[in-house]
Amino acid sequence: MQKDIAAALDAALAEIGAAATTADLATLTPRVVGKKAPLGSLKSKLGGVGDIEERKRMGQTLNDAMTTVEAALATRRAQCEEAELAVRLASETLDLTENLGSSKRGRLHLVTQATQRLEDVFIGLGFQVAEGPEVESDFYNFEALNMPKSHPARSMWDTLFVESAEEGSVVLRTHTSPVQIRVMQDWPPPIYAIMPGRVFRRDTPDATHMPVFHQIEGLVIDRNITFRDLAGTIEAFTKAFFGAEFTSRLRPSYFPFTEPSAEFDIRRANGSWIELGGCGMVHPNVLRAGGLDPEEWSGFAFGFGIDRMAKERHGVEDIREMYTNDLRFLRQFP
Amino acid sequence: MKVLLSWLNEFADFGDDVEALSDAMTSLGMPVEEAVSAGTKVPGVVVAQVLRTERHPDAEKVHRVHVTTDGKNELHVWCGAFNMSAGDKIPLATLGTTMPDGREILRRGILGIDSEGMLCSAKELELNDDHGGILILPADLALGADVFDALGVTTDTVFDLDLTRNRPDCWGHMGVARDLAAHMRLAFGADTEGRPSHPVHALPVDIVDVDSCGRFTTTVVKNIAIGPSPQWLQDRLARSGMRPINNVVDASNYVMLERNQPTHAYDLRAVESGFRVRFAKAGETLETLDGQVRELHAHDIVIADGNDLAVGLGGVMGGLHSEVVDSTAAIALEVAWFPADTVLESAARHGLRSEASARFERGADPYGLELAAWRFVEILRLTCPDLEVHGGPQIAENAMCPPRTLEVDLRLAQIPRILGVELTAAQVASLIEPIGFACVDEGSAVRVSIPSWRPDSSTEIDVIEEIARHYGYDALGKSVPNSTVHGRLSGVQQRRRFVHSVLTEAGWSEAMPNPFLDPSAAQVAGVPDDAQLAIVNPLVAEESVLRVSLRPGLLRTVSYNQSHRVEDVHLYEIGHVYPSGEGHLPSEEEVLCVMSVDSRDGELVALRAWTLLVDALSIGAQVDQKTTPPGYHPGRSATLRRGKQVIGAMGELSPLVLQRHGIAGRVSCLELSLTTVLREEPKPALAKAVSRYPSSDIDLAFVAPDSLVASDIHRALKSAAGNLAVSLDLFDVYRGAGVAEGSRSLAFRLRLQAVDRTLTDDEVATVRQKCIDAVSKLGASLR
Repeated sequence: MQKDIAAALDAALAEIGAAATTADLATLTPRVVGKKAPLGSLKSKLGGVGDIEERKRMGQTLNDAMTTVEAALATRRAQCEEAELAVRLASETLDLTENLGSSKRGRLHLVTQATQRLEDVFIGLGFQVAEGPEVESDFYNFEALNMPKSHPARSMWDTLFVESAEEGSVVLRTHTSPVQIRVMQDWPPPIYAIMPGRVFRRDTPDATHMPVFHQIEGLVIDRNITFRDLAGTIEAFTKAFFGAEFTSRLRPSYFPFTEPSAEFDIRRANGSWIELGGCGMVHPNVLRAGGLDPEEWSGFAFGFGIDRMAKERHGVEDIREMYTNDLRFLRQFP
Repeated sequence: MKVLLSWLNEFADFGDDVEALSDAMTSLGMPVEEAVSAGTKVPGVVVAQVLRTERHPDAEKVHRVHVTTDGKNELHVWCGAFNMSAGDKIPLATLGTTMPDGREILRRGILGIDSEGMLCSAKELELNDDHGGILILPADLALGADVFDALGVTTDTVFDLDLTRNRPDCWGHMGVARDLAAHMRLAFGADTEGRPSHPVHALPVDIVDVDSCGRFTTTVVKNIAIGPSPQWLQDRLARSGMRPINNVVDASNYVMLERNQPTHAYDLRAVESGFRVRFAKAGETLETLDGQVRELHAHDIVIADGNDLAVGLGGVMGGLHSEVVDSTAAIALEVAWFPADTVLESAARHGLRSEASARFERGADPYGLELAAWRFVEILRLTCPDLEVHGGPQIAENAMCPPRTLEVDLRLAQIPRILGVELTAAQVASLIEPIGFACVDEGSAVRVSIPSWRPDSSTEIDVIEEIARHYGYDALGKSVPNSTVHGRLSGVQQRRRFVHSVLTEAGWSEAMPNPFLDPSAAQVAGVPDDAQLAIVNPLVAEESVLRVSLRPGLLRTVSYNQSHRVEDVHLYEIGHVYPSGEGHLPSEEEVLCVMSVDSRDGELVALRAWTLLVDALSIGAQVDQKTTPPGYHPGRSATLRRGKQVIGAMGELSPLVLQRHGIAGRVSCLELSLTTVLREEPKPALAKAVSRYPSSDIDLAFVAPDSLVASDIHRALKSAAGNLAVSLDLFDVYRGAGVAEGSRSLAFRLRLQAVDRTLTDDEVATVRQKCIDAVSKLGASLR
């Protein structure tokens, strides 16, 4: 019996050793383990061994042999699995660069990108964002802004008028300033607000002008707001938006709705100046039109063009390019 | 406004540091656009005399000019101008001269004959803008002399100021100098004086319509001879952008450029009867100096002679009939003050914005008239030393004229409140008295007398602005207010940004088409145009109405991109539409429009935007396929509604609409009122427990007639499955063999799961049957 066990073990180990794949192993497994395998059938013959000691020994030998076979199977299976995985991985090689493709993300219009950047900077400075209608009444666009009917300063803007029952009383807003009045009327002070939006002028389009363009307006109304606060706010914005190396200056100018009025310029690190926009202390008549007492409240306002910010940031030569809505143009600006 | 340094220096000792002066003027609110030097001499240009001219048979555009610079030697020059004749003196740029434009004069030949120099026009020498021919010099200039020296040409610096419309005083050199001298703490002098030399030659003056004129002066000057002005004066006028005419007209223009005061000289012969100042009469006409016969308007200011015959359009332009001519020996000088808005309207009506009207409409100084008249006499005397002044300015005035000074109380406490700095009454006076604002200390306030040349200034805040200007904006300093407001976007604004990012992440790019459209654009795009509003004064007819829909603009954009062979056109716009409404203003609304060029496989790409937005914004609407939105494909579109309220539309656009825009293929579109949906603040979603028990899937395929929409079956299944349903998806649509014509098979996968147990086979079977029953009721059968 001893010999039979040894022979069966050798045969089983040889067969396992010869198996090349996990599939071969699966096929041969019933032939080397289990009741019908040679070692299994030897187990059923154990009962025929008369000597109890002999039977015990044979049983032990047989068990050891079976354990050896199981271990050999597991080892061989692991080897085969490893080899097969290596083959599979090698066969699955891909050229990842074939699969990169291009992003299908869409683009925000340059003006929206600039508006959002500006909004975010002012939100950081403690401002809220207000909006108003683009078609306005004469009252909000002019009269409440200290430009009564036939005020000569009205000619500072080439106004587009919209048909209405009372001719000349409805305009396409020439600036975002009418929103100032609406905010003063609707929001209790203190007011720290910016008002971005679309504005309209009767200007023939050229490389730097469009009849439809965008402005952002700022308004602060509080107790004891001074001209120094205006200059400081412009400076804080300049540094936050353009960078710490930029500075700003105010110089006297004229707008009917502010007094004192100023133009503000931004100075680049190289010393050159960019004329940016207009600003000033809110005129007492404008505060009154907004329902506020100029003896109690004071404030400042400022405004500038958004399109130009986008144009300069991205080196767009002709502002009309931004409004062709050519996808080949839009896709350049993620 | 062009301002000359030499002229400014007549009022104060400003020196010649052009850069410092430019900075100073800019810091005062008179920004210097550019400062250029004028009258630069060109060495090498000499006085020559024409000996004879001759044509060359082979040269058509030039002729040969023989000149001499010393009366002996003859020089030959080719010349393209033909305005000279033998004996004329002309400027010759000799060989080797470098012209102002950088050209060097070289010995150059035409047809083998060399040119020994170049004859010059006034423009080529930058003397003035005249390029009409070669400059003919005065006959008395010495041959061979330097032309610039011989002409007495002066050099100067010209500042081009970009003035704001509130500062009329700066439209004259004197006003600029006054402001600048105050800023630089320099003594300012603008005195002029005169005495009548002869008794008054009275001209009756009647201001008939009080509102037409507040103050009117006449000065009679006799014994004058019309001739050219001195060269330096002509240079000043030319450099200020005005053409020298003759000594009388030049003196008038000179005074205007100096003192911002227009004056007008009449030939005394035409106005001996005196003046009547009134508004125009019905049907009245006047031939103005520019030779145009103008029909006058009832609100035009007319200067008429004593016989009531119009001789001038007040504040705008004089009449031709009373013009100063070469034979004029005596003049009546009108120096008057007219109301700004009347002149503004009159000039606008006649399309005649003259140097005079531009000044009156900003506001001239009603009390500067006499000095302006005397200054005119002073200038004219330079060329007419024996002129006679018959009585000095005679004044007619009325109550319409503004007061000589306006008094304003400036509360000292307002200065720190507005400017952020404290100033004493003495400091205030030191800042604004030099510009003519007289101050009286009244303790807590300063009584300020505003001078008549500053009509822009009339209130306390106006005075504060003057203080700020002369204190210096930079010197006021900077501080940052402490905002007590929390900076943030509103809910609507946050959700709008979310819409932008959802759409761009999904592949749509934002377009901004023109909101102004051609009147037919809406109809062409299939959009009803009954609420369309017109622009009263459009730039062009193609942009003359306000859009009532974003669709026409995006369709044009799609068409544009397609015609430029752009692939994958997926665009959206968020913008306002302006249909007419009940109120005074249009019913302005914010709208989203998403548009995609679809591939052939029938997927309506733009509709994905709706699913994305439903998910992102937690919004909903009924997808009503029974109502075809205008301009859409009737079988492939739906109206988005909430009961009766329509909030949008989606589907494929009508092939007719696409054809009209020249768009090939299919285009899908979503239109949604953002004004409606962005207003809705979604409630925070509440967490639900995720089941840890196994789920069971049921696949059900139904044959449904085409009239039964998938969403109805979906709704029925969901309701039948009750709260055990965790997901329900339509995973297959099949038409063809085995399914009757006019029907299709819709296969749904329903996943069931309970939070607290594993479902039994019986429970699953019950739900399955309920689902089948519910769908059968709709007219579909299990396949």
